[in-house]
Amino acid sequence: MAAKTIISRPIYGTLSPQSGKHHLFIADAEGALAITDMARKAPPGFFDGAEINFIPGLEGKHIAALEALKPAQLHIAPSFASLLPRLKQTLTNAHMGLRLYLAGTEGLIGQAMQAALEAGIDHTSIETEHRGSLARRMQCVHCKGITENVTTQPALCSHCGLLLLVRDHYSRRLAAFQGVCINAEDRSEVPPMEEIFR
Amino acid sequence: MGITFRKETFRDDYTFRNSPEHIRRFPFPFNEDSYMYAVNIEPHVVGPKGSVLENLIDVDEHYVAEMQDRALVLAEDPLRCQSLPHMTLAGWDLLELLMEQQALGYPEHFTLERNGDRWRWINRPLGIDDTFTFGDTSTLPYGPMEYITRQSQGDFCILDQRDGNLWMDAGMVTTQADWSLDFDIGMNFFEWHAPVPLAHEKGIFTRALKFLTNIQQGKPARRLNWTMTINPRLDTSPENYHKWGPDRATVTPENVGQKVHLRVELQSFWRLPRSNAIVFPIRCYLIKMDELVTQPKWARRLHRVIRDLPEELATYKGLTRYRPTLVEWLSKLDDGSPTSPGFGPD
Amino acid sequence: MSTGTTKLNVVVSDVVPVNELVTRFHFRRRDGELLPTFSGGAHVVVEMRDGNRTRLNPYSLMGSPLDTREYTISVRRDDAGRGGSLFMHRQVKPGLEMVISYPVNLFSLDLRAKKHLMLAGGIGITPFMAQTSQLAGAGGNFELHYTCRTASLGTYADVLQQRYGNRVRLYHDDREERIDLDRLLSSQPLGTHLYVCGPAGMINWVRDRAAALGWPPETVHFEHFAAPQPGAPFDVTLAVSGKTIRVGEQQSLLEAIETAGVDPPYLCRGGVCGQCETNVISSDGKFIHNDHWLSEEDHRSGCKIMPCVSRFEGKSLVLER
Repeated sequence: MAAKTIISRPIYGTLSPQSGKHHLFIADAEGALAITDMARKAPPGFFDGAEINFIPGLEGKHIAALEALKPAQLHIAPSFASLLPRLKQTLTNAHMGLRLYLAGTEGLIGQAMQAALEAGIDHTSIETEHRGSLARRMQCVHCKGITENVTTQPALCSHCGLLLLVRDHYSRRLAAFQGVCINAEDRSEVPPMEEIFR
Repeated sequence: MGITFRKETFRDDYTFRNSPEHIRRFPFPFNEDSYMYAVNIEPHVVGPKGSVLENLIDVDEHYVAEMQDRALVLAEDPLRCQSLPHMTLAGWDLLELLMEQQALGYPEHFTLERNGDRWRWINRPLGIDDTFTFGDTSTLPYGPMEYITRQSQGDFCILDQRDGNLWMDAGMVTTQADWSLDFDIGMNFFEWHAPVPLAHEKGIFTRALKFLTNIQQGKPARRLNWTMTINPRLDTSPENYHKWGPDRATVTPENVGQKVHLRVELQSFWRLPRSNAIVFPIRCYLIKMDELVTQPKWARRLHRVIRDLPEELATYKGLTRYRPTLVEWLSKLDDGSPTSPGFGPD
Repeated sequence: MSTGTTKLNVVVSDVVPVNELVTRFHFRRRDGELLPTFSGGAHVVVEMRDGNRTRLNPYSLMGSPLDTREYTISVRRDDAGRGGSLFMHRQVKPGLEMVISYPVNLFSLDLRAKKHLMLAGGIGITPFMAQTSQLAGAGGNFELHYTCRTASLGTYADVLQQRYGNRVRLYHDDREERIDLDRLLSSQPLGTHLYVCGPAGMINWVRDRAAALGWPPETVHFEHFAAPQPGAPFDVTLAVSGKTIRVGEQQSLLEAIETAGVDPPYLCRGGVCGQCETNVISSDGKFIHNDHWLSEEDHRSGCKIMPCVSRFEGKSLVLER
């Protein structure tokens, strides 16, 4: 997004190897490329203590590239929901010295960070890199329902049906952008829907 | 003696009014004929008798009605009051502060008896007489923050101080000017202020944060903020924006005086002793235009402020739709003569 | 007096020698009221009136935050210092009226922590006395590792072991007992926060190892009040107030500025809180920085100084004060 944004909008960086005893990676789709790019800068033996959890998505690409890094563990999951119980268990049993790396879509980064925050990891210590789709997870401020993969501005709430302005205001706790009724003052005003989060 | 509490509503038939004495004590927020953001923070010390600063925690004639409105909001939407798990200690700090200040300022209405950990709290206006163990949540009907803020006017945000920043980790927010606690809880000072236009670029928040993280125990600070609301509605939350937003399209030259309200927030900042957190009470005062213009100085000055307000600020404060009508109505009360310095009426 | 905190008028209610180096002082309010509540890790600044000289030193409150009838501090005698601790040990007797600041906490617990791991060295034990009381009362999860030179200099080790049993581990230098730091740091559950208070060398060692073992900086908390060091006298021009002052051998720069009637704000007087940070307008000479507030870059630039603990050697120094 080149457009002017606000401070609560998350800023993603470029993965870089951190000092630590264990390294846990969570990535989806093109996020795998952020890991393989980082691997070129990593010290020898870095992946001996690393676990990679990867959600390849429909295209199913990049698995071989991750295997080639020879991580201590590589786990392929069909979706984030299916990965979550395993992730929670890993974090519950983890020790200080574990470093977390998240790469891929904003939805994945946000939801994995949500699990990490609950486990006591501070968000500032998590390495993130955005790759792939710009589709947003959006919370409707009115009915509290979350709509996944929002690509348009404005967008319809999939729960209550209000037409929402998708703001840049972002909550880490909810892993979602805020959606606020765009025509609350006059429901007859219906702005055109444009596809802008691709 | 004591306050005569009004029976009134902040919804449906909107019977809210200010008595003549309360009009004169209204915390008018403009000390000159124009407005722009500034770090307008000053020590929160006791002010003149008969002003809203007579006590550091102000209780006024709207107390009972505001507490009833809060109970209605919470029944509809319990997410307006939240506290992250590590904030319980700060909740007890807040309970102590509000009980002590209310009992100190209004002994005829509130009494606090402390006997070691065993405390008795009597709130006569709301008919409450509870004995509990300070620090033991199981001895209260709600968590400590919710218990006491169901009995205190204004919204309350509790900010945890870590890593040189302030984190909004608990709050009771039912009378807010269009922001959502449920969405913002857990954010740091810059993040929850992110939607505010112009102020970031001016470095306002960086300077304000530096000041606030250095607030010391026993030395609270305060500032005023303002916006406008159509109808005397306390709950102008984003959650219900689709319900109150249409009101903004109902302003006509005939009903400006009754419908349009100036909404002033007296924000104060206090260091809490046990938790080292900061509590940020946001006390909301409403006044309808018909009441405000009984003070000619305020009428003239408000006309000039609203007329000259930068467009971004007018949009952020939600005035766009009715600003022309309001300015036209106020202009008839502005003869162009100078206004005296200071906030107060002449 | 300066603008940092409100002052409290107190009387010394007791003076208790703890061992050959450490004495404990108890304060009550002169008006008989309760003292302000505080949080574990807070300190007060004690004003010491010694003839025509006033020293202001920060000391951690070590009593339980739940008991506000009195405040207690422990002072380690420093025979080579500027005399603050010697004044406390020699001149302060029960019944003496003194002035202390309101409590200020620059070493606060992070209450989000799933576990609090505390490392103390020597007199650095004092803030942990209050923090452990606070956490024990709230059912908090903590573990304290305490290094001292000898058993007899293990100030309050007996009290702590009695209170908390095997949650307290002792290490005695004279018995060659050493913390296996890497092992300790690597075996802590995720969500642990680390707190260190002790000599500068210990703090640096712990911070370095924690960083190398993957502890993010937000989880590592430390407090070390630097004591102002004596040094060669030097002259300073205060540009804003138009004064030229001389900093004496036993005086800190901040004290000399205050003596000239200029009152920069302060909270700690130990190079931690950042309140008295002062811009350097020009200088010809060498700075002796002792603070923990300015960055290394600030130190190298020669554009800023913390007058509470840092000095200067050279021809001329002009400050924006």
